[in-house]
Amino acid sequence: MASTTHSASRYYLPAPSKWPITAATAMLFVTFGAAFTVNHLTLGYVLLAIGLVIFAYMMFGWFGTVAHESEGGRFNQQVDASFRWGMSWFIYSEVMFFAAFFGALFYIRTFSIPWLADAENKLLWPDYSGAWPAAGFGPANVGDQFTPIAAFGLPAINTLLLLTSGVTVTIAHWALKVNKRGALIGWLAATIALGLTFLFVQMYEYGHAYHALNLKLTTGVFGSTFFMLTGFHGFHVTIGCIMLMAILGRSIAGHFKPEHHFGFEGVAWYWHFVDVVWLLLFILVYWL
Amino acid sequence: MFGKFARVVAGLSMAAWGVTAHAAYQLNLQTPATKEGVSVHELHTIILVICVVIFIGVFGAMGYAMYAHRKSKGHVAAQFHENTLVEILWTVIPFVILVLIAWPATRTLLAMRDTAQPDLTIKATGYQWKWGYDYLSGEGEGISFLSNLATPADQIHGTAPKGEHYLLEVDNPLVVPVGKKVRVLTTGADVIHSWYVPALAVKQDANPGFIRDTWFRADKEGTYRGQCAELCGKDHGFMPIVVEVVSAEKYTAWVGERTKKVAAAAEDADKVWDLAALKQRGEKVYQTNCVACHQANGMGTPPAFPPLSGSKVVNGPKEAQIALELNGKQGTAMAPFKQLSDTDLAAVITYVRNSWANKTGEVIQPAEIKAARK
Amino acid sequence: MSAVLDTHGHDDHAHHPTGIMRWVTTTNHKDIGTMYLWFSFTMFLVGGIMALVIRTELFAPGLQIVDPERFNAMTTYHGLIMVFGAIMPAFVGFANWLIPMQIGAPDMAFPRMNNLSFWLLPPAALLLIVAQFTPGGGAGVGWTMYAPLTVQAPMSMDLTIFAVHILGASSIMGSINIITTILNMRAPGMGLMRIPLFCWTWLITAYLLIAVMPVLAGAVTMTLTDRHFGTTFFNAAGGGDPVLYQHIFWFFGHPEVYIIAIPAFGVISQIIPAFARKPLFGYTSMVYATASIAVLSFLVWAHHMYTVGMPVEGQLYFMYATVLIAVPTGVKVFNWVATMWRGSLTFETPMLFACGFLFLFTMGGFTGLVLSIVPIDVQLHDTYYVVAHFHYVMVAGALFSAFGGIYFWLPKWTGKMYNETLGKWHFWLSFIFFNMTFFVQHFLGLAGMPRRIPDYSLQFTEFNVISSIGAWGFGLSQLLFLYIVVSTIRSGKKAADKQWDGADSLEWTHLPSPPPYHSFETPPVLK
Ligand code: HEA
Ligand code: HEA
Ligand code: HEC
Ligand code: CUA
Ligand SMILES: [Cu+2]
Repeated sequence: MASTTHSASRYYLPAPSKWPITAATAMLFVTFGAAFTVNHLTLGYVLLAIGLVIFAYMMFGWFGTVAHESEGGRFNQQVDASFRWGMSWFIYSEVMFFAAFFGALFYIRTFSIPWLADAENKLLWPDYSGAWPAAGFGPANVGDQFTPIAAFGLPAINTLLLLTSGVTVTIAHWALKVNKRGALIGWLAATIALGLTFLFVQMYEYGHAYHALNLKLTTGVFGSTFFMLTGFHGFHVTIGCIMLMAILGRSIAGHFKPEHHFGFEGVAWYWHFVDVVWLLLFILVYWL
Repeated sequence: MFGKFARVVAGLSMAAWGVTAHAAYQLNLQTPATKEGVSVHELHTIILVICVVIFIGVFGAMGYAMYAHRKSKGHVAAQFHENTLVEILWTVIPFVILVLIAWPATRTLLAMRDTAQPDLTIKATGYQWKWGYDYLSGEGEGISFLSNLATPADQIHGTAPKGEHYLLEVDNPLVVPVGKKVRVLTTGADVIHSWYVPALAVKQDANPGFIRDTWFRADKEGTYRGQCAELCGKDHGFMPIVVEVVSAEKYTAWVGERTKKVAAAAEDADKVWDLAALKQRGEKVYQTNCVACHQANGMGTPPAFPPLSGSKVVNGPKEAQIALELNGKQGTAMAPFKQLSDTDLAAVITYVRNSWANKTGEVIQPAEIKAARK
Repeated sequence: MSAVLDTHGHDDHAHHPTGIMRWVTTTNHKDIGTMYLWFSFTMFLVGGIMALVIRTELFAPGLQIVDPERFNAMTTYHGLIMVFGAIMPAFVGFANWLIPMQIGAPDMAFPRMNNLSFWLLPPAALLLIVAQFTPGGGAGVGWTMYAPLTVQAPMSMDLTIFAVHILGASSIMGSINIITTILNMRAPGMGLMRIPLFCWTWLITAYLLIAVMPVLAGAVTMTLTDRHFGTTFFNAAGGGDPVLYQHIFWFFGHPEVYIIAIPAFGVISQIIPAFARKPLFGYTSMVYATASIAVLSFLVWAHHMYTVGMPVEGQLYFMYATVLIAVPTGVKVFNWVATMWRGSLTFETPMLFACGFLFLFTMGGFTGLVLSIVPIDVQLHDTYYVVAHFHYVMVAGALFSAFGGIYFWLPKWTGKMYNETLGKWHFWLSFIFFNMTFFVQHFLGLAGMPRRIPDYSLQFTEFNVISSIGAWGFGLSQLLFLYIVVSTIRSGKKAADKQWDGADSLEWTHLPSPPPYHSFETPPVLK
């Protein structure tokens, strides 16, 4: 079977499938569950939990099916190209999602904070200075005095970790291309280890912010932008790690061919994207 | 069910009545009362004419084609599908027209945005759902009041005939002198409102936490009516703006009267009231300021607006309630009411604490409010 | 590399499920397209009934049938449902049906994901509808969901926010599918500058969707955290700004209105040449004009916010950028008219709707131009003039184009012909009642009637009465449309493979009516 990898001359059209409707059902539960949960209704937690279980089941099932089809040699070059287009545009949509939050940060720093501190607004906020980051708790001192996290401590280390992981995943890719399976698995594992370490440091840093620095999600607009940006990034690192683990598993199971391994490449692209977002975060959120 | 139906029928027939008894409809912008209004009016006319001319040109051509190039008249289709010259022309000509439009638009806009050197500065604060005015500088400095919808509820619900200025009348209009540059600072107390008076050609959003400004200089005396123009919740349709433009003398007289009232109220504040008198006064204050949310029967409309009848705050320590009325509650529709006089606040708090299921028997004196303001 | 489906192996499509499971599990672009279209029509009725509640309340001054909270909720969900539930899915339905057929592909690039894109819509619709019945009722915040009113709103706001999230996910997946299909699945010889204009408009729309739906998701996510987790993005007390929400929303919102308009342009660009029996005038300039509209649409968002108090330089920039959009849109209008010029015209129902579109959309475009001039917009912003403007471009624009498209392709899709007389009735009733409803709203807006109010002062009475009667007429006329479609499917006369002699895209020239389940099992041979 494996030898037929590139022999499929036709564009693969999957048969009717139960996975999409399973995903939609999961989303039905998740969204209702989440909406009720934020309003502290018990039903919400139940719905949310059910939804997430269905969702996990769907992920295994759907991606398992795709991996199976791929290994079964159903995907010809044209399907491969479709995956490339698809993944690129997906990542582009993620970029725009982050853009909304970076845009918010930009607007707050260049417009709203200076406006709140200008002469006109003295009428409403007589003692507001508007100096960033200290004034990031806003004119009404929401959340009160806090200390921002210094860029060149743990965040710098985290930057190194992620950048390194970008290198290791690329080495793994080279290994795959020359069919060195051992190196592929080793470097992939190293990438995951780096990712997990990153997440661990991030968690530690959050704890530190909450307990020692009085920097919280509720610390005015500084806390809002800081935690939303780094939080969504951390969430994406988590997803990236899970995806890396999935392809590690597949690599161990002998999947992927030197000339045909989009499953691997898609994840690597995603990981690089997460990397770039972090660089921006490091510069715009921690440093400047 | 039937009651509702009857109300609908009654309301609709009232409306038919309204049709015969009101100011005439109109087809264009309201007659402007400021110079800027006149330029806006002219600008609109120019652009409308340009658009109509292009429209007639384009659809004249289409109409001709529809008439003359029909298959039923035996017209055979030509096969051309490109012509670089016309394509360039119909890109460039509209562009030129747009530049021509942008020129007067820019001029008018720059004039409209020039708020420098006002004769009078007034802050207009949007509350759910009324306007508060503070005269900050110029003649009348220090005057401050709330402006509520004055149309009675039974007109709205169709049980009484609607008056001439239905929904466009307030208890305390904004009064300004004619021919003077009035700068209006807008801000919101809770959500975004928008201060909009068509005849004065002003509309400025009132954003909570920010001061924004606009201005007007009315050329003619008269009463100009507008409405809040930004969706601000339940009674967005019921927070009108009325500006009375009066002669300089009348304005001075009005300022004098207002100042006297304020002085009287301050004197009032030292008076000691008894429960019955205060409650009676409080009911009136409640009717104008609180019913919109907490309802006449004190039951509110939960979950949006809590009942006051039986409320923990109302039946708890009075200091807490005084503080709440003075400062409002951040992030909710419960706005501060510190513009009300000490006596009015004392009255309404006393009223609330002794009405419906609330029987605290307490009398809150104006002096306590005065003390709490510090 | 040929584009043919996989007929060997155990996933043979020959034994696909039947009955309801066919629709639930389908991976076929035609089935999915059909579901999109029916879903869209259902939502159109739901949103339309909400519009009738609005118009009935506004029939006369005074409060009659709904209280103000419910009225605001009706306005909000009418807007949301029409935009996200009716118009957008309608054009995705067209895209699903037509793109594979027009480019000579066997199906969409990701058939399973295609199914998911559709099936995310019913949960979203359910969220929006259930929101009406939660404690506190529907959120009366407007479809634009401006903070901080949304921060005060009852829990239905959260349902609405999550509905927007899944609608966004659905649109993004749908768009990825469309882009990939067009870029990667064209039959040999089908160069990009040869695909029908409908495909081009969707390629550009999909690009817009992927760029802006995530931004909207970000905006409503910030609203969610401001509501429940103590962030202060839109709260000045904590250093945020309510106007920030508006910037993010309109960065999405303005491209969104072109997401609605551009596929409509595509449909019109197929219909007019077919009934003029003459090739589309200026194909290349059409493509470039559409692309310029899309690019410009990212640069003009704050024309919805002229009165928030931005610096005057900002107002000037956004005014200049906005008026520029008239140039490429004008190019499109002129091209359509030039296509009709010296053609051999007939006026079957699709062509009537196309001409109605052209006439009324252009009018809506002109009122848009009036609104884009800052000093005038300061007068007209948030009045009924704006309501009139956008119903001209969205109802007489997008909706009429969708109607035209349905009449145009129904014979192809079902293999049966609709009743031409009834179709013409549908057009004329819609055309007359539409203008009766919305033309008079220009006068209301000019005279200063604000939008989103449940009650109004007396000088606005006459035009509101006329508008409300028109709305009922317009709404009832749509029942005729439903009847026409259903009776065509059940008992229409047999349609020809090439029902319209001027039509020249692949679905007409290379496929029978109705087309086979899998359109092009072998790629078509193109000259
Ligand atoms: C299909 C949707 C659609 C389309 C296509 C448009 C098209 C345009 N719109 Fe509209 N608009 C909306 C949907 C749409 N709009 C909606 C939904 C709102 C309200 C949202 C809300 O607040 O709820 C809105 C609101 C809105 C506003 C804000 C009003 C306010 O709230 O104060 C403005 C202001 O600039 C505006 C401008 C324009 C312009 C300049 C165009 C241009 O693209 C029009 C260009 C077309 C033409 C001009 C006609 C054809 C051209 C020619 C024949 C060439 C020659 C012409 C000249 C040289 C003049 N629109
Ligand atoms: C493309 C989108 C779209 C469409 C198609 C429509 C269609 C209609 N719209 Fe709407 N509208 C919006 C988008 C749209 N609208 C938006 C975005 C807003 C702004 C919201 C906001 O301010 O936040 C708005 C706001 C809006 C307002 C302003 C409300 C306010 O400011 O308070 C009004 C008022 O007249 C209105 C009217 C109508 C009418 C009469 C129709 C008619 O065309 C509808 C006709 C259709 C029907 C009536 C359905 C037919 C069904 C039946 C007759 C029922 C019988 C059937 C069964 C029982 C099964 N709309
Ligand atoms: C715009 C609507 C609005 C108006 C007008 C308004 N309130 Fe309130 N009020 C609220 C809301 C909303 C709350 C609930 C705040 C919260 O979430 O704790 C509230 C809470 C209260 C409470 C506390 C009740 C409790 O049990 O928590 C009191 C007392 C009160 N208001 C009194 C008044 C008085 C007196 C007036 C008039 C002078 C008034 N309110 C006008 C909206 C309003
Ligand atoms: Cu205040 Cu609308
Ligand atoms: Cu716009």
